[in-house]
Amino acid sequence: MSAIKTNNLGKKYKDRIAVEALDLEVGQGELFALLGVNGAGKTTTIKMLSCLIKPSSGDASVLGNSIISAPHKVKELINVSPQETAIAPNLTVRENLEFIAGIYGNSKMSSKKMAAAMIDSFKMSAIAEDKAKILSGGWQRRLSIAMALISEPQLLFLDEPTLGLDVLARRELWSVIKELKGKVTIILTTHYLEEAVALSDRIGIMSAGRLCEIGTADELMNKTETTSFEDAFVAIAGEGGNSI
Amino acid sequence: MKMVAFAARNSKEILRDRINLAFGIGFPVILLLLLTAIQSNIPVDLFRISNLIPGITVFGLSFISLFSGLLIAKDRTSSLMLRLFASPLTARDFIFGYTMPLLPMAIMQTIVCFVVALFLGLSFSLNILLTIVVSIPAAILFIAIGLLCGSIFTDKQVGGICGALLTNLSAWLSGTWFDLELVGGGFKKIAELLPFMHAVEAGRAALSGNFELIMPHLWWVIGYAALIMFAAIIVFTRKMSSDNK
Repeated sequence: MSAIKTNNLGKKYKDRIAVEALDLEVGQGELFALLGVNGAGKTTTIKMLSCLIKPSSGDASVLGNSIISAPHKVKELINVSPQETAIAPNLTVRENLEFIAGIYGNSKMSSKKMAAAMIDSFKMSAIAEDKAKILSGGWQRRLSIAMALISEPQLLFLDEPTLGLDVLARRELWSVIKELKGKVTIILTTHYLEEAVALSDRIGIMSAGRLCEIGTADELMNKTETTSFEDAFVAIAGEGGNSI
Repeated sequence: MKMVAFAARNSKEILRDRINLAFGIGFPVILLLLLTAIQSNIPVDLFRISNLIPGITVFGLSFISLFSGLLIAKDRTSSLMLRLFASPLTARDFIFGYTMPLLPMAIMQTIVCFVVALFLGLSFSLNILLTIVVSIPAAILFIAIGLLCGSIFTDKQVGGICGALLTNLSAWLSGTWFDLELVGGGFKKIAELLPFMHAVEAGRAALSGNFELIMPHLWWVIGYAALIMFAAIIVFTRKMSSDNK
């Protein structure tokens, strides 16, 4: 069973098409990067797949459940790390983790255990009792990802996870994401092309609401007969055509 | 369990906002002290404690709207809400999760006002307990107003609407500071059509032992509370989808 299988998925706002006839299949345990310039339709795609907005056309199966007819079931199996850091500012790191574990239906006792394990694996012991609002941007982003993982999702959406982080913090988060590879299916959106190349198994490039190409970084460079991934991206996203 | 976890988080967020909390609980108490001091220095029976305290408790409850409105408005404009909307929390979990922590706070605020009033000369009677119970529909009304405002406006707008406009409106139109008969006319008619005066009068009836007068006033408050809570649920549920577009 695929983690994600979309069928003619589309989203239209009045006269503007945000996503058009998307047909995409992502395997379980795969780290799939979704790239595109601003307004390409990446975030809208993620919002549809995470049941935050309803598609205007088509459907998608997420871990075997329709996003239209069984959104509640989908929500129990996925988690999202939004583009901006999504934390409760007045709660401590530990409380933030326990809170998210709780809203996914875990008992108080079990939430405490899960939070302790997450603090340990994300090396956050030193800041565990600090309020989230006083943490640095890097630690907040790390906490935000830990909050997305504490519910033990089978599918994780990481929307621009390293946006605004310095190089060291970004590399640290990369190692966290690399450790997840194979264990959790991850859909990653990013503007950093080197991030997509370093982390993902396959890359999809969107332009003007359409999925233009899919493949590994090498496959996309070969297809466009370019020597760098950046050139390959520009060639594909710039064209904005040739929907697969 | 999901709702309880969400409610626990909301309690912590509100209780850790010390300035709002101190203002919400402290301001009605300060007014109570001030007006009692004025009463002791004037010859007319303007701010008699047994008449004043039901009004002060309703005025204090208007700050609960500020708490609930600010919390929701801040949540709505943060990425945390996107995370919460993507979670298995239902609209029911959200509404009860926001309401549940505020109700005990509202009751606690009313109790604090009564304790201070006892020190200021209010005679103890079991009617005080009844008055606290009678204030619960008003508490739900103000929570619902906060839910509605927080679902529509930004946190800055909520600060102005609930923090300034609502507290003043509920104070002037409740008959707490002056007898509405003194103004009369259109002002009195508007006050009679709104729930604030009825909330105060229900409290006064309970405290004075005029039990037959409680329900005619309380129905107004219950009706408004139900109506505004219903509107808040509809608006919040719609916002759950429209905010994510």
